Amino acid sequence: MFQNIGEMLLLFWRTIQALPFAWRQRQKTLDQLFEIGNASLLMACILSLFIGGVLALQAGSVLVQRGLGNVIGGMVGVSMAKELGPVMMSILIAGRIGSSMAAEIGSMRAYQEIDALRTMNINPIHYLVLPRLLAIAVALPLLVIFSVMVGWFGGALVSAYNQMIGISFEAYFNNLRQVVDVGDVANGLIKSFVFALVIGVVSCHQGLQTIGGPRGIGRSVTKAVVNSIVLILILDYFLTRILINF
Amino acid sequence: MSDHSKNSHSVSVQVHGLRKSFDGVPVLRGLDFEVHRSEVFVIMGPSGSGKSVLLKHIIGLEIPDQGEILIDGESIQKPGVMDKVRMAMVFQSGALLNSLTVGENVGLYLTEHRLRPPEDIARVVAESLEVVGLKGLENRSPSELSGGMKKRVALARALVIEPQLILYDEPTSELDPLMAVTIAEEILNLKRRTQVTSIVVSHDRDLAFGVADRIAIINEGKILFIGTPNEVKNHSDPLIKKFIHAELTLDRTRTTP
Repeated sequence: MFQNIGEMLLLFWRTIQALPFAWRQRQKTLDQLFEIGNASLLMACILSLFIGGVLALQAGSVLVQRGLGNVIGGMVGVSMAKELGPVMMSILIAGRIGSSMAAEIGSMRAYQEIDALRTMNINPIHYLVLPRLLAIAVALPLLVIFSVMVGWFGGALVSAYNQMIGISFEAYFNNLRQVVDVGDVANGLIKSFVFALVIGVVSCHQGLQTIGGPRGIGRSVTKAVVNSIVLILILDYFLTRILINF
Repeated sequence: MSDHSKNSHSVSVQVHGLRKSFDGVPVLRGLDFEVHRSEVFVIMGPSGSGKSVLLKHIIGLEIPDQGEILIDGESIQKPGVMDKVRMAMVFQSGALLNSLTVGENVGLYLTEHRLRPPEDIARVVAESLEVVGLKGLENRSPSELSGGMKKRVALARALVIEPQLILYDEPTSELDPLMAVTIAEEILNLKRRTQVTSIVVSHDRDLAFGVADRIAIINEGKILFIGTPNEVKNHSDPLIKKFIHAELTLDRTRTTP
């Protein structure tokens, strides 16, 4: 994976250079946005609801025993906004969308469609990579906002209806409002934007590097997902370390 | 449109000392030849002799280990040279974009380079599809087409480019004899209409002798002979004779044990 980092950075740089052509590729970008949203929204909803719920259940029972039940809202709020929302959503998108990007571009490479584009003087970075990277860079932060809100709601549901916790909606959200500020949500959005670029670049790079037929495509898909998740988790630490000061 | 109409003359291609190896296995072993302007130049040779790799070098999909390819005297490695020349390649598999319809595939070059308004593109696409006998299939998906139909769509896509240099990789494989004749006629029609320089890689002897101005015989990455169809037919080299005059002679009296 690490020997390809240079190639991936080069692909990213070339895609940045292609940004002036973004308006031309708007229809493909919108198609990709629809694909990402349509494929991920329901899954994101279910995942976030249960993450928020589990968080409230695990921490809530311990906090209530120690008379700290009124801080559950803030704890779930910050955890979802700064960490679990962006990381879990990025992992979900790496699996769902990163794999599909690598498979689609990989099969185009394997079946000479990318060669055909090049013979027509159509740059595959403009035509294939740019719309995908733009779409995921917009879609993932939006999904994270949605995920964070659903996660908060999941935590509130469990806090209110679980007999071990028994914290009302009002108390939960009052505490959440006191603890969570815009900076916490922005923190998560910055992370998710970086993770989106990682997923887009890694997946498109793996697709473009595909060699051979169906087996090669399968290998590219696996590498795209695994490498994206590993890089997300590594970068998460460093981003947290940087953003903790703000 | 101005971009599209510029450089309407055909081009010449010179190949000097071209060598290429893959994983240490030499595929092209020093090729030298020239394709003249408006010529139909057919490259023949056994499977694995390096014909398709040679085509990929000429269109810039592969970079040579040694040697160079010149188009109108300028090396294709020089920045901007490939952008100046309108080239098209008809791939053996068609290489159509499966995510697009047939019509979108054929009009892709014009759409992406914004060379004509959409209604003009639709008309040009319809005309090109009619030329290759696929009138009215604009809205079909490539996955609904047979191998031969895909190849004809690929040819229509190349026609739309109005190329100065067109490369055909096995243009008649997978086609029935009637359609093979249609494709051969279209290769010649295109040459007559636009004076395009054509390089054709093929095993099809009928196609080669029917359309070629000159034929190159290539074997194991080397050129054995270049000449007119008549010169190739009458050549005394045993390898060339064997390839050109190969006949299917099965012993029908033999039975399987």
